[in-house]
Parts: sequence; structure tokens; C-alpha cells
Amino acid sequence: MKITVKLFATFRDGREKIRIFELEQGKTPEDVIAILGIEKSEIAIFLVNGRDGQFDKPLIEGDLIALFPPVGGG
Amino acid sequence: MYGGGVIMYGYNGKILRINLKEKTIKVEALDLELAKKFIGGRGLGTKIFMDEVDPMVDPLSPENKLIIVTGPLTGTPVPTGGRYMVVTKSPLSNTIACSNSGGHWGAEFKATGYDIIILEGKADSPVYLTIIDDKVEIKDASSLWGKLVTETTDIIKSEMPDKAKVMTIGPAGERLSKMASIMNEYDRAAGRSGVGAVMGSKNLKAIAVKGSSKPQIADPEKLKEVSSVWMKAIKENGVTGAGLPTYGTAVLVNILNESGVHPTNNFQKSYFENADDISGETMTKDYLVRKNPCFRCPIACGRYVKIEEMGIEVGGPEYETLWSFGSDCGIADMNAINKANYLCNEYGMDTISVGATIAAGMELYQKGYIKEEELEGSPLEFGNVQGMLDWTLKIGKVEGLGAKMAEGSYRFCDSYGAAHLSMTVKKLEIPAYDPRGIMGQGLSYATSNRGGCHVRGYMISPEILGLPQKLDRFSLEGKATWTKIFQDFTATIDSLGLCLFTSFAMGASDYADLCNAVCGTEHTAESILEAGDRIYNIERQFNLQAGIDQSQDTLPKRLLEEPITEGPSKGNVHRLSELLPDYYKERGWDENGNPTQEKLKALGL
Repeated sequence: MKITVKLFATFRDGREKIRIFELEQGKTPEDVIAILGIEKSEIAIFLVNGRDGQFDKPLIEGDLIALFPPVGGG
Repeated sequence: MYGGGVIMYGYNGKILRINLKEKTIKVEALDLELAKKFIGGRGLGTKIFMDEVDPMVDPLSPENKLIIVTGPLTGTPVPTGGRYMVVTKSPLSNTIACSNSGGHWGAEFKATGYDIIILEGKADSPVYLTIIDDKVEIKDASSLWGKLVTETTDIIKSEMPDKAKVMTIGPAGERLSKMASIMNEYDRAAGRSGVGAVMGSKNLKAIAVKGSSKPQIADPEKLKEVSSVWMKAIKENGVTGAGLPTYGTAVLVNILNESGVHPTNNFQKSYFENADDISGETMTKDYLVRKNPCFRCPIACGRYVKIEEMGIEVGGPEYETLWSFGSDCGIADMNAINKANYLCNEYGMDTISVGATIAAGMELYQKGYIKEEELEGSPLEFGNVQGMLDWTLKIGKVEGLGAKMAEGSYRFCDSYGAAHLSMTVKKLEIPAYDPRGIMGQGLSYATSNRGGCHVRGYMISPEILGLPQKLDRFSLEGKATWTKIFQDFTATIDSLGLCLFTSFAMGASDYADLCNAVCGTEHTAESILEAGDRIYNIERQFNLQAGIDQSQDTLPKRLLEEPITEGPSKGNVHRLSELLPDYYKERGWDENGNPTQEKLKALGL
């Protein structure tokens, strides 16, 4: 299945802004962040398709993950 | 310092009352009991305003007053202690207005030995004020009238001692634009509610200050200890210690957009395809020159950006400005937004209201309300960069169709019989967060005492950022309670003279500790929130007496009836009617939104 990951703020340091992964069925966001080398504790906002995500919930074809470190307010 | 013979810590104890018509300058003692009850800044300023001004006053008449007020922590050695507020009746919303600014003016004014300036009447011809410690003068400003903010500031500074600070209106305030701000030190603004027009209506161009005193501190040792707790917490917090310092508030562009609550094309959509081009990440990479911190601020979210073709480095846009001139106008050109922001700073205008009004104009044109012949050659289409810049300038000059826009989005849309296209609450333009996907924030907008505003109860913090804990943004559960707490807490932080951003890292008991060390008070977390509740209630009372009743606790029809069309928040409208009864109950108000006698008595009102 094809999964898109968007990275923001300091997660872009040394990484692409957008990555597209071809993953086996059953893989979860936890597997994705492990590939990216990002610790769960570094993530402040974690969205799957724009909604609050669950790290252990299996992904499905076409899912879009967005990851933000602790950032800001306005 | 001394107020009525009593030692006052934190406060200087002195009010400066200036009648611009009579050219009289009086010094009055600050009532310490009143100050403690309403804290300072927003709370104390509002209380004094209510005691002195008829709520039905015409905001642009000489009978309206303009109160410049600091908090007890303004100018003291505490993190972010530099803020001042402008309290008046708003010509835009007809509500109580309290417009809050950072920068360096507030602390410098506090160092003159005064806490508050009450400005009355209307000068016969343009004037400006200089305050050098206790020496106060009213000077002729006829040669400054009509000048832009930078030129005015530079001229006045050249006549003042070194390191004097200047607040001034631009041409928009002189011409009574209801979106006019009061600028200070070139690029900081008391931006919202049209306070610059009230200053302009008094023929008052500027106030320059230079001081050399410091407020007394009740417990200097304790203050050192508490301040170091604050500094450590602010540095270690991910938002105040890393996110905001690195990216500024602009970092919110992608967060809100990815959540599908980033209003686009005047709230016709809530996701902007090109948002990354105007994001904090892009600003930091391509436009940031250096940080622009306020007085004693360890966060330093302010930005300086470069506008290469103009050869200038200027104050950069905040998140809300990137949104208003960017996504809301369908524009993804950050350089153009930097220019629009610069124009607003030079003409003295609120960037949220101006951008949002142009966006409303673009929809009026799109829907055929505005005809081609009215445009005088300036395009008014979503996505048209030159058009956006042209209209910003025309609003600043209050000329042509720009003069109609300068009345604010509501009056502008209403003049075409299309008030429903104005995205405002109580005629104040709603900022950059679509409440259809953020239920608590929508409630906060609808019940804000100054109208559509994000900094009267920033529910984005729990609903989007997860601070202090993550709430489901679509759920109604607990939102009335949370919104009230955020509104009350904010009222106290504003009144103390601190930056609201400290609340990402600090809790109510931390503010009590800081206030107690400086002022010798005995605040607790509970009394900090109770003071905010008291302030919120007097603001509400003012609005009710000014004829702004429950019927205006609402959102634009679009946000209540038209579901978001695409993106992650698709299908949602704001469910305000389900939240309002709970909110009134939470506040101790009756079903018509009026504070009950029991509630007022409990708050000592």
C-alpha cells in the first residue's frame, strides 16, 4: 500500500518534506516513524488524514500522515 | 511608590489624566484596592473606563476616552513583562475594546513613573505628547499629520533623549479607519478593534516616552527565585523554547492547514493547497533576517524579514497576517504578504481586519455584488497579488472603494446588502482558525467580549496543539468549561502585563507566584482565575449596557450552516446553539446571557 508522510518544522532537517512509502499491509505509523528515525517522544502533533492519529492502528492504502514537533501558537 | 500614601509594589501609583481640548495635565493617585481587585492592564483599564464613560458614547466623539494602561508586572524584571493595553469603546464593534501590544513602549512608559494615561476630549489641532520622567508636554503635531509611521517615529525620536520609545498612529488612524491600529517602535501594534481611529478622532498623533525609574518590588529575593523557575520552564517547553523561537507564530500555517481548519478564499474552503509557500518553515528558510524580541522576552517569536526589491528589512508577518493576506485572499506569495504587512505597519492598520476585508471584497466581486467599474483598475479577484497590494494601499489611504473597505468587513459587505459574506463576530473580523472544525474556539469567538478574536480564549491550545492536554476538536464535551477557564485565565495574564504565550509553559499558580513576589499580594491559582472571571464579567456588563446583547453571541451564518466542503474537517458546521446554554450556565449567567445578581455579588461587583 502507498502511504504519504509530510514532515514539518525541524523534522525537515536532513529529511525530505514529503515521502511516499510503499508498505506491506498491517504496517502502522509506529513502523513509519521508525524508518524515518523519529522518536515518538519528539512528536507533538500526529495526524492521519488530518485527524488525531493512533500510532498502533494499521494504516490503509492512501493514508496521509503529518508529523510536527512541539511548535507554536499565534 | 506611593498611591494615596500607601506603598505600592509593582505599580507606580500614578495616573496621568490629560484633557486634549483644555490642554490640562493632572496627576492622580492610583487606588490600590481597585488596582488589586482588577489587577491592572485590561482589567483595571476597563473598570476605570466603565466608571467614567457612558457605554452609549459615540466611539469617535470627544466624549469617548482612550486609556493607555500597563500591568503591575510591566517594566519589572520578569520574563515578557513589557506589555501595555489600550482600552476604549471600539468604533468597529461598539463593544469594549482592549488592544494589547508587546514591543518596548510599555516598559519605557512604566519607567516614567506613571501606570496609566487617561486621554479625554479632542485637541483643536493635531498634537503629540512627550513624557520624560515626570515632565509631560503637549506639542504641536501639524507637521507630522499625514506622515507614515516610520517617518513620524524617526522625527519624534530625533527630538527626544536617546532610547526614547514612540507610539503613533498612521494616516489610517487620522482618517478614522475603523481598522486603524496604534503602532509602537515601527512594527509592534495595538492592532485590533480600531483603537487607532479613536486616537485619530482626538487629533492625537503620537506619544513618546523616556523614563528612568523602576517600580518597587515587594520581595526581590523571591522574585529572583520565581523568575528563574519561569525562565527554565519557558526554555524547556517545546513551544516557547523551540517552536516559537525558531519559526515564530508562522509555524501555525501548516498545522492549521493540515487539520483542514485554515480558512481560504473568505472561508469558502478550509484547506489551502499552497500553504507551505507561506509557512513558518518557508519564512525561516527564505525571508528571515533576524529575530525581533519584545522587552525581556526569552521566547523572541517576533521576526524581521527582508523585502529584497525594496532593499528593506522590516517587521515580519504573524500567522494571522500570513493567513489574512495569504490563504484568505487565495495568495501564496510570501514576499507580497511581507509587503502588505509593511504597508499596514506604515499606514497603521490591523493586518487581520484589512486582509479579511479584502478577502470579503473578493467574494463580493466573485458573486457579482461589486461591479468592474467600481474597481478603478485594481483587480479584486482571489489569488491576484497586485490587487491585494493595491487594495491594502487604498484602504490605508482611505480612498475610492478603499474608503468603504476601511469601515471594516461588516459595514462594507452590508453596504452591498451582503452582510452574510462578512466573516465577523460583533463586526470584528474572525482570524485564521475555522471554527467549524474547532468547537471550543468557535464558542470562544462567539462569546469574546471584543468580537471575533483568537486571543480572548485560545482554545487552539488544547484543541489543536494539545496544551495543556489534547481535546477532541470536534467534540462538545467539556468545551463550555474549558472555554470559560481559558477566557478568564487570559484576562488575568493580559491584566498583569505579560505575554499570553507564557501560558504555553506556565500554569495559574505560576502567575500567582510571580504576582505575589512583585506586588506583595496573596494570590493563589484560584484567585488568579477568579480575577479573570471578574474582568470578563465587567466587560460583559459594559457590552450589555452598550446594547450588545445575547443576539450577538453568534457566528457568521456560513459557519453555522454551510459545511466545510473539502479536506480533513469536511462536512462540519459549528454547533454553537448546543454549546451556548452550557456556557452561560458555566459563567453563572441567566439563559439570556446576563450575569446574575448572585454571580456579580460573588465576584464582589
